[in-house]
Amino acid sequence: MTTIIRGAKILGGETADLLVEDGVIAEIGRVSAEGDEIDAAGLVALPGLVDLHVHFREPGGEQAETVATGSRAAAQGGFTAVFAMANTSPVADSVAVVELVHDLGRRAGLVDVRPIGAVTVGLHGERLAELGLMARSRANVRVFSDDGKCVHDPLLMRRALEYVRPFGGVVAQHAQEPRLTENAVMHESELSGRLGLPGWPSVAEESIIARDALLAEQTDSRVHVCHVSTAGSVDIVRWAKARGISITAEVTPHHLMLTEELLAGYDPLYKVNPPLRRDEDVFALREAVADGTIDIVATDHAPHADEMKRTSFEDAAFGMVGLESALPVVLKTLVEPGHIEIADVARVLSSAPAAIGGLTGYREPLAVGAPANITLVDTADSSVFTTERLAGRSLNSPFLGIELPGRVQHVLHNGYRTVAEGKVVE
Amino acid sequence: MKHLLTGALRREDAISLLDAAEDMHEVQDRQLKKLPALRGRTVVNAFFENSTRTRSSFEIAGKWLSADVINVSGSASSVKKGESLRDTVLTLAAMGIDGIVMRHGDSGAAQLAADWLDVSFPSVRVINAGDGAHEHPTQALLDAFALRRRLFGAQSRGRGLDGVRIAIAGDIAHSRVARSNALLLPALGAEVTFVGPPTLLPPGADTWNTTVTTDFDAVLQQPLDALMMLRVQLERQRGAFVPSVGEYIVGWSLTDERRAKLDDDTVIMHPGPMNRGLEISSRAAEGLQSAVLEQVTSGVSLRMAVLYSLIAGEEPQ
Repeated sequence: MTTIIRGAKILGGETADLLVEDGVIAEIGRVSAEGDEIDAAGLVALPGLVDLHVHFREPGGEQAETVATGSRAAAQGGFTAVFAMANTSPVADSVAVVELVHDLGRRAGLVDVRPIGAVTVGLHGERLAELGLMARSRANVRVFSDDGKCVHDPLLMRRALEYVRPFGGVVAQHAQEPRLTENAVMHESELSGRLGLPGWPSVAEESIIARDALLAEQTDSRVHVCHVSTAGSVDIVRWAKARGISITAEVTPHHLMLTEELLAGYDPLYKVNPPLRRDEDVFALREAVADGTIDIVATDHAPHADEMKRTSFEDAAFGMVGLESALPVVLKTLVEPGHIEIADVARVLSSAPAAIGGLTGYREPLAVGAPANITLVDTADSSVFTTERLAGRSLNSPFLGIELPGRVQHVLHNGYRTVAEGKVVE
Repeated sequence: MKHLLTGALRREDAISLLDAAEDMHEVQDRQLKKLPALRGRTVVNAFFENSTRTRSSFEIAGKWLSADVINVSGSASSVKKGESLRDTVLTLAAMGIDGIVMRHGDSGAAQLAADWLDVSFPSVRVINAGDGAHEHPTQALLDAFALRRRLFGAQSRGRGLDGVRIAIAGDIAHSRVARSNALLLPALGAEVTFVGPPTLLPPGADTWNTTVTTDFDAVLQQPLDALMMLRVQLERQRGAFVPSVGEYIVGWSLTDERRAKLDDDTVIMHPGPMNRGLEISSRAAEGLQSAVLEQVTSGVSLRMAVLYSLIAGEEPQ
């Protein structure tokens, strides 16, 4: 099968054609071959996007999302690979569950779904899950996380880091000191005091990151910090990297754009963990992406059925969907203000998350010979983000009604078209 | 004013509610206390969190205004219960009621209920009878009412609380009474001081329209028109807020010794229910300076005024 992409701006730079043959990028330049043509005039060609942090809710939470509907949301957003978190029901703490999720992903066929294995059995933080067996399984797990919960026991964290090192695994930590955040639902601040909502202090994140950086140094292993949300966390990660510690960090699109002021009306749509924080945190996070302290943007796509959000703020579930809006928010918060170039988007949303997760085929963005995972974006488009752009099962996006730049027009996954003219190909 | 959700009222709105409560207060001296003002109107007391005094107070207020008053209680955790808070609120509204008096353990619950009702049942009024650690506006209003009567007696009508010095002591962090008072009393011209253990002061309280301190004895050395003691909840001890009950009493209880140092005309207040011997001594609670039972009586008058002005009154918007 041959597809020719005509006249795309490669990584936002020079205009060229891309020849895709048998699922591989065969040529970049002036292509004279014949086949299916995609008119990409004016569109930017990016590598297929990779999300290291999504929640697909299956098994157990199918009313909010399934692997199939989550895959649709991912494709719509320009993604060709995602890492699905382990906090399903049952928890992905066994070979059986990670292989189930892996197989469901293949069946859906829109993106590579890489299961993340739980660090501890049932996410209970008491004993290690069968990390090695999950690594050796058909699901080939390399990322382990109790996300949603913190691996707060320092001994267990140390053991997990030691144990995954020989097979190139990484522990992705949800940094949240549990005692400092009992019942916490929003950033601890003057606003939380006024609203009478239990606060989630920045130190609860920062103290765990500092500890885990030192544990990673001690064990000479790799730690990845999920959804960094504070300026103080950025400083600690920067310090740890300067010290040579194998630490990587992610930030979510919503933490790059939104702040706690949105909570003043108690709308549970804005309830997320870690919570939305202050302007100065948002600016520090943007700068941290620019200077490489934060390696990647990951969505923490967290779909919830309506009833989980249409209740009181304290009762409502944490989380927001983010796959479909990720690239537009990155363009708005990082590219438009000049923190990074379009070409850097290929790094923070594709090659770097793939490298952290041990995913092959994404090392060099849009290289001849690499699998044809290609996302074509109309960066000149600017439009109000609406539910029509949401392709998953849940609508809990905080960006609805906001004007955002960029629209994904076409996506190729291993040479197959998964999105055409802005719509998921069924 | 369509709903009463917060103590953050404009001065003139607050004073007009207090004055209306004066009118209602006179009814309490009558043998036949019922007014026909809300005849044919239905008010639901929706209490998702346990309460005896506030619920009874609203119930009596509604009944003395001849409204039909229904009491509904429910579990606070709607998701666990299977019906969402939104469904519960809309279900009640769909029965054709005129007002919901809502108490809920979660901050912001009354605000959300009002938002939902404004879309589907815009004629239904919401009165916040306490939402989590956020606000309890009728308590603040009745405090202002009781204090104004104590200070100005028959000359109360039309007045604010200009220059009146009030200290509020105890667990400020978890107190919806403190928050509503911190919004209402300064709007009426009062000077409010918060005092409590450093662990029980809310984050950012220093940016509110109040003075904040941890030194109770220093506060008591300044002239005070009123001292309001808040309930301390011992079940919060897992939060490690204070080392011991004994240490709390030494630092922040209104003991007999501290009461003896107060000016004779400093009004002692407490929103109840009281932990006698913990935040307030029995003598302090019952002495002539104490306005605790006047607060309770005022609560009925004030709530009559609120129900009347929201449900019977003309809609200014």
